[in-house]
Amino acid sequence: MRRIIISLGLTAWLSANPAHAFEIEAEQDFGLPPAAPIEVLSNADIEAMAAVLTDFAARHPTRRVHYVQASSAEIQRAIRDEGARFDLVISSAMDLQMKLANDGFAASVELDVPGLPDWARWRDQLWGMALEPVVTLASRRGFGDLPLPRSRRELIATLRENPDRFAGRIASYDPEVSGVGYFLVSQDDQGSDGFWRLAEVMGRLDARLFCCSGDMIEELRAGRVALAYNVVASYAARFRPDDPDLVQLELDDYVLAILRSAFVPVAAPDPEGGELLLAHLLSPWSQGIIADSAGVALIPGTGPAPGPSLRPIRLDAGLLVYDDRLRRASLLSEWRAALIQDMPAGETPTTPEAP
Amino acid sequence: MIRTMMRPGGGVSLRRRLVWQFILLSAVLVAGLAFTVGWVADRASRASQDAVLGAAVTAVADGIRSVDDGLELELPYGTFSMLGAMGEERIFYAVRVDGDPATGYDDLPMPPMPPEGLVPVFWSTDFRDARLRLASVSRSLLIEDRARQVVVTLGQTRHGQAAIARDTARSAAWAAAAFMALALPVALLAAGAVLGPIRRLAQVVAARGPRDLRPVRHQTPRELQPLLRSINGLIARLRAALEMTETFIFEAAHRIRTPLSLVRTEAELALSETDDPATAARLRRIVRAVGESSRSANQILDHAMVLYRSDQFAAGPLDIAAIVQEVVRATAPIAEMREIEVTTEGLALPVQMHGDARMFEIALRNLMDNALKYTPSEGHVHVAIRPSRTELRIEVLDDGRGIEGDPAALVARFRRGGNVGDTGGSGLGLTIVSEVAAAHGGRLIVAPRETGGTCAALSFPWA
Repeated sequence: MRRIIISLGLTAWLSANPAHAFEIEAEQDFGLPPAAPIEVLSNADIEAMAAVLTDFAARHPTRRVHYVQASSAEIQRAIRDEGARFDLVISSAMDLQMKLANDGFAASVELDVPGLPDWARWRDQLWGMALEPVVTLASRRGFGDLPLPRSRRELIATLRENPDRFAGRIASYDPEVSGVGYFLVSQDDQGSDGFWRLAEVMGRLDARLFCCSGDMIEELRAGRVALAYNVVASYAARFRPDDPDLVQLELDDYVLAILRSAFVPVAAPDPEGGELLLAHLLSPWSQGIIADSAGVALIPGTGPAPGPSLRPIRLDAGLLVYDDRLRRASLLSEWRAALIQDMPAGETPTTPEAP
Repeated sequence: MIRTMMRPGGGVSLRRRLVWQFILLSAVLVAGLAFTVGWVADRASRASQDAVLGAAVTAVADGIRSVDDGLELELPYGTFSMLGAMGEERIFYAVRVDGDPATGYDDLPMPPMPPEGLVPVFWSTDFRDARLRLASVSRSLLIEDRARQVVVTLGQTRHGQAAIARDTARSAAWAAAAFMALALPVALLAAGAVLGPIRRLAQVVAARGPRDLRPVRHQTPRELQPLLRSINGLIARLRAALEMTETFIFEAAHRIRTPLSLVRTEAELALSETDDPATAARLRRIVRAVGESSRSANQILDHAMVLYRSDQFAAGPLDIAAIVQEVVRATAPIAEMREIEVTTEGLALPVQMHGDARMFEIALRNLMDNALKYTPSEGHVHVAIRPSRTELRIEVLDDGRGIEGDPAALVARFRRGGNVGDTGGSGLGLTIVSEVAAAHGGRLIVAPRETGGTCAALSFPWA
């Protein structure tokens, strides 16, 4: 009973101060303070969005974007449990976005986006705004004279044959911490039978797990890991041109592409502002900038066409199954069984969440 | 009120009424069709969606397995994707073990009746601001050595299905409206076709002559037969009434004429036998009055005869010159008595024409009587037949007192000129002549002569 009262009080306090209830990774204003702010909650790095948001502020002098960056799990918490008030919510955790829209948190937006594929939107509520290929990055130094693998099968073989070189030097998402990480594991689980063998090999080599793509790339550049499995390509794109050591492996069997999607919450304090920004993000010039960093165009004609092995994940009611409690529990237990094999209890290889 | 005033005797237009009835009926049909199609489409699409939903909930239930540490559920991605495919539906689900939530939406309502066996139950409810269609199915599972009842509930919104039903109904309504628009000219044509026979019947009846009381023989549709029968019944009654009146008049005149001639003969005898001048004068007045009465009775008989023969018009070839000659000869005693000279012209050769000889005779005798009556003693009457290229004229010219007033008005029954005060007459003479002329397609022209007196001419165009 006391716990209920406390939690009720906590909820009241949280909804009164929504901005501070969930964990914010970073925030930044685009545009100057007198202009009316559009509150954006997103799991995309500020650097990744800076170009289009600066462009928006320049085009709309009376508007200002207050950009709040948080992890996809925190976004889910903020919107679903805490009633945080934002005008636009952007996330790459497709299953969580889909569930928020399905559960009625997304408002309908009348928007005409020529060329946007049908699978990149759900009703008029959830709008795909960037196609993000998920790639595997390697450090050339880390691989030494080994040939770069061209498929998951070759990757498994390479890792197996060189345990000394790769032990403790493999990075991947932690599905228990990162919403995107869990989503990618579930997609890999769905997409290929070979994935669990790869997971076992990574577990045997004491793979290190991270919350975010940025952290993995940092470790890779620092030379502390030789291979990062499942990294969002657009993050890598920011470093690759001036880092010859960073190589993107072309795995021919399949390359997942997640759809970063946005919606205007039904509780948005300024829905017009959210719609305005959404329209800007879906405009051809913004799509050109986004496609440039992602390496593939969502709207055909705004950037490079997708390669043959690219497998975009559709915005679809089927995504709801990944968030199921039982399914999540069984998938994570399978993941743990594969990855944390003979690890003594309490000594998990999980790194603490990055600030 | 204003409408009826603006169209006196117009009444309502049958054609307009027919077209309006058609439009109204069509509109009702269009609405009914749209409603029916919408309802049927809604039912059909609901049934098929229910089948899909039932298959989906069964698939989910089949994915539940009992494992060491409880329940394992493999939610099939494809099933959810399929459920959401049509109209991008929202999907909610819940799995309960013995009533306790195991996974999914814990606040999703339970089915109103618990599902039994392998058959899913369907129901509808409101959940999270949406109308849901749900299906539930139950399974028995052995969990931790205990038999447990697992109920799987799967619900979806039905935007797509409702949209399909709406679209179908709208398409049906548009199609029906298009048909209606196409059918409108056809309806106008049909209304015209229906009203055509009525118009033709009216034309036939209107085109009849004023004395044509024969039954209307006209091909009409069966529906107009009662109207035609009523018209013919009316005509028959009118005809019977007319005939009865004429018969009565004829009978009356006939019965009066005989006693009148008896009175006249007796009075003339008495006149020849009396020596008393006062009595003689009185008897002369009696003779004269009886003569007038007898003349009127004759004219009434003539008139009845002409009417009768006009009705039963039986024309044949005749020599009009011979008839004129005969009439002149028959009236010669009167002319002689009044010392009037009668001259003729164009009677030497036969003049053939087509008509009723008896009617001509009556007409010419009346003209002759008139001429002799209004011509003073020692006057002159000229009778002439003048054929021209276009017509045949029979003229009777006198040098009497002429006529006063409108000559055409004299033709009316019992109408006499303004200057006939001292002369006896019924006023029927010219009416009889005129009716004979009309029966033969000709006319009577009465005009004053330039030299004084009157010219009465019968004019018949050559048929």
